[in-house]
Amino acid sequence: MQSGAHFSLEDERSHGSESTGARLLLTGPYLVSTIGGVDRDLRSINGSVSTVDLSGVTEIDTVGAYVACSLAQKHGAEVVGADERASRLMKAVGPSAGGEANVRPERPVTLARVPETVGEGVFEFGGGIKGLIAFIGALMASFGTLILHPRRFRGKALVRQMELVGVASLPIVGLMSFLIGIVVAQQGAVQLRQFGAEIYTINLTGRLNLRELGVLMTAIMIAGRSGSAFAAQIGTMKLTEEVDAMRTIGISPMEALIVPRILAAFLMMPLLGFYAAVMAIIGGAFIADLTLGIPFLTFLARIQEVVPIYDLWVGLAKAPVFGLIVGIAGCYQGMQVKDNSEQVGLRTTKAVVQAIFMVIVLDAFFAVFFTKVGWA
Amino acid sequence: MDSDFTSADNELQHDVQPGSPHARFRGEHPIVVRGLTNRFGKQCIHEDLELKVNRGEILGIVGGSGTGKSVLMRSIIGLQNPTAGEIEVLGRSMTDAEPDEEVGVRSRWGVLFQGGALFSTLTVGENVEVPLKQFYPDIETDLRHEIARYKVILSGLPEEAVAKYPNELSGGMRKRAGLARALALDPELLFLDEPTAGLDPVGAAAFDRLTRELQETLGLTVFLITHDLDTLYEICDRVAVLADRKVIAVGTIDELLALDHPWIQEYFNGPRGRAAQASQEREQARIARAAGPEADTPAMDNPAQGGA
Ligand SMILES: Nc1ncnc2c1ncn2[C@@H]1O[C@H](COP(=O)(O)OP(=O)(O)OP(=O)(O)O)[C@@H](O)[C@H]1O
Ligand SMILES: [Mg+2]
Repeated sequence: MQSGAHFSLEDERSHGSESTGARLLLTGPYLVSTIGGVDRDLRSINGSVSTVDLSGVTEIDTVGAYVACSLAQKHGAEVVGADERASRLMKAVGPSAGGEANVRPERPVTLARVPETVGEGVFEFGGGIKGLIAFIGALMASFGTLILHPRRFRGKALVRQMELVGVASLPIVGLMSFLIGIVVAQQGAVQLRQFGAEIYTINLTGRLNLRELGVLMTAIMIAGRSGSAFAAQIGTMKLTEEVDAMRTIGISPMEALIVPRILAAFLMMPLLGFYAAVMAIIGGAFIADLTLGIPFLTFLARIQEVVPIYDLWVGLAKAPVFGLIVGIAGCYQGMQVKDNSEQVGLRTTKAVVQAIFMVIVLDAFFAVFFTKVGWA
Repeated sequence: MDSDFTSADNELQHDVQPGSPHARFRGEHPIVVRGLTNRFGKQCIHEDLELKVNRGEILGIVGGSGTGKSVLMRSIIGLQNPTAGEIEVLGRSMTDAEPDEEVGVRSRWGVLFQGGALFSTLTVGENVEVPLKQFYPDIETDLRHEIARYKVILSGLPEEAVAKYPNELSGGMRKRAGLARALALDPELLFLDEPTAGLDPVGAAAFDRLTRELQETLGLTVFLITHDLDTLYEICDRVAVLADRKVIAVGTIDELLALDHPWIQEYFNGPRGRAAQASQEREQARIARAAGPEADTPAMDNPAQGGA
């Protein structure tokens, strides 16, 4: 019983002529560490309390003083028996005792909240589309300015971003494509064997990877690797006011941050896509050598014969478009960050999800388009 | 939204047992630094630094920019592993502990970082509640909200600020919100890194008064890094001077002025130092005059020189 805070209620009737209410005697330490145990009981006291007696309080801090003050205020009681420290503390916290405590901004009631949230969602969606169009417009304007004033172009930043987007992702893209090549060739061979058409594994591996998988998988990898990095980095710079600082110095964030990144993604994607296709074909050739008995070099030589050259053009035509999408999604979402650190996470997620989604949708369009124009 | 900051209920609170008060520190020196050395690569910030802070004092830390005041504070609160040396806070060794290890002192100090370091996804009130939730989960929500509210008001912010997010506040208001969070647990030890930088002079003076008031009412020990000479004159009991990778002197301002170290002389006797000194003298004279008409007030008719 030594350690906790306690209280007792005594009737004051005895020494007065009329009943004035009860005396609330607080005992023990009234500290932030002990208040949790008595607060609820103190709150539930009802009936009149005329005095709050602190003479039994062994230790007190601002939380204890606050509780005493708000008790006194709630019951219209008087505080007695406060030592010097307690009275000082109560003087400091007294003015803010009582009153509503809302630590969160006021929220409208549920009935109003639902339509409000829906409305906000609609406006946000509309605003998002407008914002994206404005962003693309500003981007084009920046490209225009840079073409008119090529000396303002930041070559170093572009090279740096090309290194980050392109060179640094060579190992992971290569490994991924090699493994995909193996899977496609191996699974393809299993199916084709049923028709005795194992030799078509070469067509399958070569055409599929050059035309579709190489570029598509690379775009997904770059969205996850570089698109997220764009969004997170630009978003953090927005939060720390670095972007604002750039503007005041007369540096256009569009030219300094965004153009190099988007251009880097645009330029590196075709190279990475081609590299990925080559690695996948090597993977296919490797597994064919091991399990199908097609010699490695024969596999590669056959690729030349069975894959039409336009498959390469199809892949290479899609790649820069995918690069643009990844770059724009990352940079746009990064620039939308404001207010707090949670936004960085949200926007980064959005950048990656939107980029991958758009890449896949566009890839479907491309597939139909190129088939229609006769590059089937 | 604030799920990052809710305390893990299933995790044992090693630091404190709710419901029982922890003993206040009764020793002589709540902070003891012995032989502290800090290096970043080749750059040596501290070398063999010694410092003892007395219980119940406001110790001002001064030194040029980049002399390692913030690094010293980070070392003391265990955020920065020193290259060598020993640090004791409230009688516990910080140097043997890992940065996130429970050392039983975290609920007993409050820290105001140079940049405020408020949690940006939480309102000011919720920021103040984070340490309360962390260490005293048994406090009821209502009381916790009320505690947050009065701490915010106590720190000199208007009541409306309680429900605002940090990005909706001005720089000075963020400082105050940071102070409110530092005071959340009624700590025994308060670390303030340039609390008055960026405040208007009236606000800064009020902040000084608040610090002093809190220190006296709560019996705090305050470790106060500042470049503000008025703060030093107004509220610091002693001042420690950081230069040449060491604490070169600790003492009252008068004691420091008696030394003839060039940097100290430059610091306190430069134009700004003299201005602060003069305003301090004026203030004392005003108090003396207010105390009684017979009180001697020569300083009022003849203000100290250099008081520009
Ligand atoms: N993480 C770090 N890595 C490398 N050097 C650092 C690091 N943190 C601080 N420093 C160096 O340590 C020195 C002291 O820094 P510190 O922030 O302690 O200065 P300060 O005395 O607080 O200055 P100010 O008064 O401007 O706040 C500086 O020279 C700084 O460059
Ligand atoms: Mg500093």
